[in-house]
Amino acid sequence: MGNRQEILLTGAGGQGLILASIILAQAAVNDNKNVVQTQSYGPEARGGASMAGVIIDIDTIEYPKVVNPTVLLSMNQASFNKYLPKIKRVGECVVIVDSTLVSGPFREEYKIRGYPITRTAREEVGKEVVANMLALGVLNAATGLVERKIFRDSIFELAPKGSGELNQKAFDLGYRLYESGPGQHIGQSAQTPQ
Amino acid sequence: MPHIWCPGCGNGIVTAALVRAIERADYDQRDVVIVSGIGCSSRAAGYLNFNTLHTTHGRALAFATGLKMARPELKLFVIMGDGDCSAIGGNHFIHSARRNIDLNAIVVNNHIYGMTGGQHSPLTPTGKKATTAPRGTLEREFNLLDLARGAGATFGARGNAAQPRQLEQLITRAANHKGFSLVEALSPCPIAYGRRNKLGGPVDMLKELKESSISIERATSKEETELEGKTITGVIYQDEVPEYAAEYYRSIGKEIPVKSGG
Amino acid sequence: MPETKPVLMQGNEACAEGAISAGVRFYAGYPITPSTEVAERMAARLPDIGGVFIQMEDEIASMAAIIGASIGGMRAITATSGPGFSLKQENIGYAIMAEIPCVIVDVQRMGPSTGVPTAPSQGDVMQARWGTHGDHPIIVFSPASVYETYYLTIAAVNLSQKLRQPVILLLDEVIGHMREKVTIPRDSRLMVEKSSDKVPADYKPYDEKGLTPLVPFGFGHYYHVTGLFHDQYGFPTGDPPQVERSLDRVHEKLEKYRDEVVLTNYIGHKEPRVVIVTYGCTVRSARAVVKKAYWNNREPVGLLSLQTLWPFPDKEVREIAKKADVIIVPEMNMGQIVSEVERHVKGEAEVVPLNRYDGEMISPDQISDIMGRWLS
Repeated sequence: MGNRQEILLTGAGGQGLILASIILAQAAVNDNKNVVQTQSYGPEARGGASMAGVIIDIDTIEYPKVVNPTVLLSMNQASFNKYLPKIKRVGECVVIVDSTLVSGPFREEYKIRGYPITRTAREEVGKEVVANMLALGVLNAATGLVERKIFRDSIFELAPKGSGELNQKAFDLGYRLYESGPGQHIGQSAQTPQ
Repeated sequence: MPHIWCPGCGNGIVTAALVRAIERADYDQRDVVIVSGIGCSSRAAGYLNFNTLHTTHGRALAFATGLKMARPELKLFVIMGDGDCSAIGGNHFIHSARRNIDLNAIVVNNHIYGMTGGQHSPLTPTGKKATTAPRGTLEREFNLLDLARGAGATFGARGNAAQPRQLEQLITRAANHKGFSLVEALSPCPIAYGRRNKLGGPVDMLKELKESSISIERATSKEETELEGKTITGVIYQDEVPEYAAEYYRSIGKEIPVKSGG
Repeated sequence: MPETKPVLMQGNEACAEGAISAGVRFYAGYPITPSTEVAERMAARLPDIGGVFIQMEDEIASMAAIIGASIGGMRAITATSGPGFSLKQENIGYAIMAEIPCVIVDVQRMGPSTGVPTAPSQGDVMQARWGTHGDHPIIVFSPASVYETYYLTIAAVNLSQKLRQPVILLLDEVIGHMREKVTIPRDSRLMVEKSSDKVPADYKPYDEKGLTPLVPFGFGHYYHVTGLFHDQYGFPTGDPPQVERSLDRVHEKLEKYRDEVVLTNYIGHKEPRVVIVTYGCTVRSARAVVKKAYWNNREPVGLLSLQTLWPFPDKEVREIAKKADVIIVPEMNMGQIVSEVERHVKGEAEVVPLNRYDGEMISPDQISDIMGRWLS
């Protein structure tokens, strides 16, 4: 199980996290890894707290569900509240939140990293819809789950027709966002637990 | 030939009209398929020397839709009874009409479930008695042709077992029509329906069928009051709308083999 | 599509691809969660390869339409889930009686009734076996991965053609919806097993001598197809000896090919003390446990996974029972296949059910807990 990465991509329905999870999974396939992708199918997938899980491993993947997240991406407040408590190894799980839409509380022991993902998509790309690809850029930069070039190619392969380059641009922007470091007040706040 | 039909039943007359219509259309025997549901009239399929498909109750049109889509060059005649078609099979009936798929539906309407011994159907006239309506049914009946019309049928005709030549012509015209066609064939059931409703024997019932009918050609020149109590026969409506199977094959760029006759 | 490079594919999509690889060119269906992706994939793919996709007015019509298409000579499939599967039962019986090849996919969800439409379950095992009325043989496969879904669909289509009987593919929501890496062979035509095309002049579609290919309608061999008991030419009969012979015959043809139909897989210790017998997505949890216990720790455990549920792998289960002290049967229902296991084990081993019916998968922890208890 040592190689097993369990990634949870969470947010509101419509933020494109299911597509993001499929692209991440396909990128991992293209990177010669074993992958299983699952997602929430209930009404919550159309709003509220939608969830997609991706498991990446060198070994064969048996149990297909995320039980012990190693990476959590949270793109809205509802999903942050719902999925943060699912983390079992607090401090070891990489937690990335979209600070445009998630306001905390950011407990120190979680080592949460916040990036203004949606705001950057809106202001620098001019399209909020690419926030999902931007998030993948941040996530992959932070974790190195998939080789960067393979990931970029996979985005082009799976993005809706005509939007490949735009989505790749957003992915690269995610890398830049990561490299410029997490937002100031995030990750250092010592707010009390809810 | 041994068969299951009671003396005085109209099923044989309707079946014979169908066979003559097929002969008249000059189809190759191998291209004709008879599909039927469950009920007295549906047993006709087993008495005909074609590829014949006796399906489940109410589902004849759904089986036929699958077969027609797989083999659009075949000529399908679908025999159903009134309960089979309009009650348990009502959904398939309206949707076949809506799709305008080239199936020739022949509904033998004897106003009763005969095989099960005389229960009322959606085509039993209000007030008529049945084993499950011993005091006369309170339900209103469908006008089958109107029902089909409302669902988008492009060919609707009505004939009866008392006028088999006309019925044969109607089936021929239905066969030639590209699209879903409905022929309602009124037919006597002296045993399960006539006797209980005191309609006399087979001869009386046939006589009554004939006398109460008026062809659409003659009806058009009559006043409405003169038509009261009359059943209009003939081709009641017909229009040209793209046929579903042909449209599907055109859309996927696949040719349908051309067959003789029709 | 079909290509040799590994791709990410959903179970439902793999089912559609498997069907196409096996020569299926007709799909009729009605939208229902969690099987809809099979229909959507077919709707996208079939028109390009000369196939027919039709969305019917209801579940019953979909079942009827695939039988109609099959009689016309097109390989045909439909997909549904619990409630729709219930509606299809009468016509499944018809296909058994009339010996018309077809494949029915049931992506199981939590029931009864509307239940939890998006939650997985393995509650249709007995419906798949006995859903239609009367004594009848049935073939039911239950895959545990996306790739297994692909090849079991191919097997289902080919066996259905060969034995002229419906085959049911029992997926569950987990397998139907999950995406997984699969490698699908390029030359799909190789997957189509042709049944014999030798037809005698005196063609008997229901020849008492044994398997006869179905000559589709429209080729000049006139016969009758009915859900009534029938003679060798398909014409109705109620003659008691003929009725009995007829029913025996449909069972015998399956018994004869039993070893081709019954697929199972065993991993683990050669002399196991505890064996898990399971199927569908639950195999994955069990395999995680057995791999760890046997491969890492050499514990005397094993896993018999059943790809075929019906006809029940009786011989295989009996073999295991001779060696093992305990057989654990985890299922996502209140206990369906477990009684079948008990019936065939005949007391030779302790049979322990493990049931979960809250709409969640059985976890590896649940299995290792119970296994540990029996090992210590």
